[in-house]
Amino acid sequence: MDQTPQPTTTLIERTAPAARSAPPVRVSIRGLDFFYGTNKALKSISLDLPDRRVTGMIGPSGCGKSTLLRVLNRMYDLYPNQHANGEVLIDGENILAPGIDLNTLRSRVGMVFQKPTPFPMSIYENIAFGVKLHEKLPRAEMDARVEWALSRAALWGEVRDRLRSPAASLSGGQQQRLCIARTIAVRPEVILLDEPTSALDPISTLKIEELIDELKRDFTIAIVTHNMQQAARCADQVAFFYLGELIEIGPAGQIFTAPKQKKTQEYITGRFG
Amino acid sequence: MSATMSAADATPRRDRKIASSLGRRRRGRNLLAATLATLATAVALAALGWILLTLLWLGLHGLSLAVFTTATKAPGSHGGLANAIIGSLVQTALGTAVGTPIGMMVGTYLAEYSGKSALGNAVRFVSDILLSAPSILIGLFVFSVLVAPFGGFSGFAGAMALAVIVIPIVVRTTEDMLTLIPVSLREASIALGAPRWKTIIFVCYRAAQDGLITGILLALARVAGETAPLLFTSLGNSGYSGIGSAMASLPVTIYQYASSAFDDWVDLAWTGALLITLGVLTINIIARMIVRRR
Repeated sequence: MDQTPQPTTTLIERTAPAARSAPPVRVSIRGLDFFYGTNKALKSISLDLPDRRVTGMIGPSGCGKSTLLRVLNRMYDLYPNQHANGEVLIDGENILAPGIDLNTLRSRVGMVFQKPTPFPMSIYENIAFGVKLHEKLPRAEMDARVEWALSRAALWGEVRDRLRSPAASLSGGQQQRLCIARTIAVRPEVILLDEPTSALDPISTLKIEELIDELKRDFTIAIVTHNMQQAARCADQVAFFYLGELIEIGPAGQIFTAPKQKKTQEYITGRFG
Repeated sequence: MSATMSAADATPRRDRKIASSLGRRRRGRNLLAATLATLATAVALAALGWILLTLLWLGLHGLSLAVFTTATKAPGSHGGLANAIIGSLVQTALGTAVGTPIGMMVGTYLAEYSGKSALGNAVRFVSDILLSAPSILIGLFVFSVLVAPFGGFSGFAGAMALAVIVIPIVVRTTEDMLTLIPVSLREASIALGAPRWKTIIFVCYRAAQDGLITGILLALARVAGETAPLLFTSLGNSGYSGIGSAMASLPVTIYQYASSAFDDWVDLAWTGALLITLGVLTINIIARMIVRRR
């Protein structure tokens, strides 16, 4: 854990211009198996999440794409009968290894869920809650951080005059952007989005998609979606899963126009799933 | 078309006559059930109304400022209920204050940590038994551990007996309210890197806040009127006292005065009963208002 880069330094490092052609690998998944009890939900998955790129994960329900996200922040650890084998390297460190500090890991790998999950507190406190877990900031810096996170989540203009109102008073789309703001306020390296727009109306969906595009300048993003257009719009690379296996992975353009596998072709043309 | 296929092919038809006679029967039964339910409600409400009216009728005329400022006195010397009221407030408050944190911690253990473990099930079972245990048993229990060994009745022992009653009520409401919190909210907090205990205290408790407060208020209302657990513990006292010695309380005073042979004592008992009822009613209404606010 000593070598773990502090979020602050990595943020500065990552703002340095990166070679557009071959981004470094931020997360590397190698031979990952996942079990719900004895039921094998992921079978020998290997894939890379390139730094500051969006990886879309598609596939029919139950194919294991959400399960994969929940491995990347060890969310499955909450449930005693779930376990994973294999390796998930984040900046070269295997996060599946015993002895990993889960709270620190989760501060580096943030997650936004399908349904907006505002905490029962004010808008301001929703953002500050996560920050306070990992940093001790004086009041003024916390205010600045809250404003920064809300601005990055394209919500600042709508809530700047009512930071003290309960978060539940926001609309569904605003709540989801609040959840994104809450996640980036912790300044993670990786953001996991688990069907972040499936509970939202088209306009809110559009806003979130624009946001994803904007956020990938600073964060490595993995998004699970059932919406093929969304994957095509947002993702740089797309991974197609079927029955717990990674069938195909490639640049979004290639997957949607010239898939190499027959199963991928059938899925993206809507023949099943 | 063959005979074998016709049964499967025929579109099912509805016989109007049968349908309307079924409808008539259904309406008849509905009327019967609605009448019985309304009658039952009326009986229950009538009993409640009767109690309230009786209390007002017999208790209201004895109500005066003196009741709140004067301690209980010998029959015929214009005593009040001040010591009993103070005793009740102190013992109820102390009992709730001691029982609530214990109950909340047990309820939190059951909802958040025990899972399906044998210990969890055992704790839940014991707590449920405690919930329905006769309160006089709890009084006897506290008598044997806090009164007999320490050589005397005390308000403290009374408060502890009330705490034992508070615990299972708060355990149940805490567990129920925490179980209602959606998994997604917990996961959202944990996904930010919050440890389990911070998630429970800052997110789950906050989300369940109204329910938790309601549970505590209902426990408070319940023990405010308890008599049996106090009979063997704080005993009652004709004057003011601290929690270290025998202490008066409204329910015990009512019990003693109502069965006495003196008219003014019996009147005071009614007034005390009215006070307790109004107090409990107020607490219940506050609890209701909190629930409705959600």
